[in-house]
Amino acid sequence: MDDVFLLSRLQFAANISFHILFPSISIALGWFLFYFKLRFNISGHPVWMRIYRFWVKVFALTFAMGVVSGITMSFQFGTNWPGYMETVGNIAGPLLGYEVLTAFFLEATFLGIMLFGIHKVPNWLHTLSILIVALGTTISAFWIIVLNSWMQTPAGFEMREGVAHAVDWWAIVFNPSFPYRLGHVLLASGLTASFLIAGLSAYRILRGDHKKAPRLALKTAVFAAAILMPLQIFVGDAHGLNTLEHQPQKVAAMEGIWDTEKGVPLLLFAIPDEKNRTNHFELPIPNLASLILTHDPEGEIKGLNEFKGEHPPVAPVFYGFRVMVGIGVLMLVVAWYCSIVLIRKKELSSIPLYALLAMTFSGWIATLAGWYVTEIGRQPYLVSGVLKTVDAVTDIAPENVVFSFILYMSVYVVLLIAYLHTLFLMARKSVEIEEMQPDEEIQSPFNHSVNKLAEQGA
Amino acid sequence: MFADHNLPIIFAGLMALSVIVYAILDGYDLGVGILLPLENDQQADQMIASIGPFWDANETWLVLAVGLLLIAFPTAHSAILKSLYIPTAIMLIGLILRGVAFDFRAKVAQVNKHRWNQVFKLGSFIASLSQGYMLGSFVMGFESSVAANLFSVLSALGVTCAYALIGSTWLILKTTDSLQLRAIKWAKLTGIISFVGILAVCIVNPLINSFVFDRWTSAPLVYFVAFIPFVCFTLLTIGYLVLNRLPLENDTACWLPFLITVVVYIFCFCGLAFSFYPYVVPGELTIWQAASAPESLRFILYGALVVIPCILAYTVFSYRIFWGKVEELRYH
Ligand code: HDD
Ligand code: HEM
Ligand code: HEM
Repeated sequence: MDDVFLLSRLQFAANISFHILFPSISIALGWFLFYFKLRFNISGHPVWMRIYRFWVKVFALTFAMGVVSGITMSFQFGTNWPGYMETVGNIAGPLLGYEVLTAFFLEATFLGIMLFGIHKVPNWLHTLSILIVALGTTISAFWIIVLNSWMQTPAGFEMREGVAHAVDWWAIVFNPSFPYRLGHVLLASGLTASFLIAGLSAYRILRGDHKKAPRLALKTAVFAAAILMPLQIFVGDAHGLNTLEHQPQKVAAMEGIWDTEKGVPLLLFAIPDEKNRTNHFELPIPNLASLILTHDPEGEIKGLNEFKGEHPPVAPVFYGFRVMVGIGVLMLVVAWYCSIVLIRKKELSSIPLYALLAMTFSGWIATLAGWYVTEIGRQPYLVSGVLKTVDAVTDIAPENVVFSFILYMSVYVVLLIAYLHTLFLMARKSVEIEEMQPDEEIQSPFNHSVNKLAEQGA
Repeated sequence: MFADHNLPIIFAGLMALSVIVYAILDGYDLGVGILLPLENDQQADQMIASIGPFWDANETWLVLAVGLLLIAFPTAHSAILKSLYIPTAIMLIGLILRGVAFDFRAKVAQVNKHRWNQVFKLGSFIASLSQGYMLGSFVMGFESSVAANLFSVLSALGVTCAYALIGSTWLILKTTDSLQLRAIKWAKLTGIISFVGILAVCIVNPLINSFVFDRWTSAPLVYFVAFIPFVCFTLLTIGYLVLNRLPLENDTACWLPFLITVVVYIFCFCGLAFSFYPYVVPGELTIWQAASAPESLRFILYGALVVIPCILAYTVFSYRIFWGKVEELRYH
């Protein structure tokens, strides 16, 4: 039983971690594509078409990875967590159902038109398809975050004979942590996609690509990141305050606070020791945690000792939080530095270009770290205060879970390598393409001087 | 109409709808994957182009079917998926492989393209075989006896063949010239095997499954039941005769084999559904025993009634955009 429990957790965590890598790109990349296409429609400048064309390929690949790993997710609820559906199925079921009905079909159908229909439908309809696909991914994020937030801060239900029954769907959907989490996740996706675009474009420039397209894409992405990152800090802070209200034990773990105290310091670093219920090697900034969380330097924060036996494992939550915020700060610095240079109309020198290249997938790391904080921070509960994770697990034979786990892991490792390899391969290929493709002569509805511009070399 | 008692029936109907739509739509694109000729890259390209804009949406019907099972009959969802744990995992691997191979092959160097074609074909095979196997074990009420296993293997082969059949008729509809001729050959072959397969299921199923036997032999239902195989066999025969004449001038009737296959699919599915209704887990759980709370079902039903017609509408719209014979697959 313990084996199955551990294995199921590992398998679920591995599957969802693999899955989220791709949505976290595709949600925002869809909006970027829409922006590129709009810019092309308005200006008629073929460089926007080129940018669109490169990134739509990345999008298609990412989307496909997201779809196939997502299908796996929808089977996992039944195979590994039967207790979950038996207890909260009345709430989780309809939410998942709405995701399928309102988002998945929309995305999948219009994706076909977006990818293969550019010569078959009028330009406006093609642009509209991009918009619909972007909307679809966002709607899908909406529903799944509703469900996840509900698991964190359940509302609008009552328990009858051990089974959750919906009482107020409005309260279920707009549960207390939902707006913060949705905002934070969408911004995280925006940042992940921005750094991906900036990073791969920097790679092309460093490989000697003299065309305008990678420079313009890089600039767009860096500016986007420079705007999104402060918003993310703002939303993240609000999110933390909300968590303090509803899940104080999670915040105590994030901050590494053992005893309830006033004037709590912010720990830049420490090694939490759960056995002795203390930290080693603390690097504190006095009173800052109290100031951030209660807006009063002497404010009181509850410590983990108030929640003995009911609080999450401290170390992963504590480190995960620092990784996420650390990357956030780094993103802010890099994005602002590059923006300032670019606003002054200077070319980026190779050091910032290498920095952007190094940060190509920083969004992935921060996103995963954030999810680990959130999800591990909810333990030992699966649905806060309603259902413990132990009580939800399947009772199938552990060999079966070992088998499926090994199967998934080996496929995922190969696919992840193939995915990364292909992205850089595509970037290298496009360095070499020099001339305009014959079908790049698609006319903009507003501007017919496309070909002249093309001669000037986009 | 939406009384508590009726809700499980409505949801069983919706689920049946999405299963049959899935079998038809993803059936043809899995079939195309199964038939993919590895020795002829140009034909492989054309074949994949014929399913390019559709496969993703086709697969979404599976997500809907599983989703409806999860939403409406959560206990059945876990009972079924626990019993089919390993085949499910294998099917998912198949679907993963073919889904990504489809995209990778378009973006990598020529040498690797061939490798991804192989992955695509392999994935299609794995997914079809395991779906057939799962159907077989479902029909056998998840027994683990030798006879039940043999039946499941038979069903795996049968479903794979049926997918290949609908895939080849899809190709007849969407392609021309040498590929079309090839597809006609494939369709004849798989049509004959499907004929034998359906016959075998009609004989074997009632023999090893007493529940089905009772149902199929009690008057007056027996007339209705006999009608289903009769129609299937007649249609398959007509289909074979049509295939013998194809291709006609101006490609008249290139859509006919596909249509016939779709009708056969629907009839077979009705036969199956009829054998088991009202059970979701054969012999164990009826749809009423497994159903979720009515207030949850109603909440999703109102949405579904609005959204499903929209889905059907834009699905038709997308098929109209890509109407006609395939052109070269180009990414933009
Ligand atoms: C914040 C975003 C997010 C999160 C947390 C999840 N997903 Fe997801 N999912 C998406 C955002 C997304 C997406 C952006 O909408 C995808 C990615 C690519 C795509 O096609 O849609 C998607 C695809 C996708 C698909 C394929 C849809 C199709 O056929 O088109 C399924 C079945 C799921 N997901 C299911 C799940 C489940 C059961 C999850 C949780 C346990 C989950 N996803 C977490
Ligand atoms: C998408 C980003 C997500 C990531 C990276 C993620 C990660 C994780 C991790 C690491 C755990 C294991 C915690 C532990 O056992 O200590 C977990 C648990 C869980 N999460 Fe998430 N999660 C994500 C989103 C979701 C969503 C959207 C849902 C549901 C709607 C969900 C449902 C669950 C469930 C059912 C468990 C319990 C199983 C377990 O403990 O492993 N997760 N998740
Ligand atoms: C630097 C400022 C940031 C702050 C103050 C912050 C704050 C937080 C907090 C408090 C949580 C836990 C929410 C809970 O209680 O469950 C969280 C989760 C999360 N963070 Fe951050 N974060 C920051 C930056 C980032 C960045 C840069 C990313 C990714 C690019 C990111 C991605 C996530 C994700 C995906 C989650 C899990 C989903 C959720 O619960 O919202 N965060 N963040």
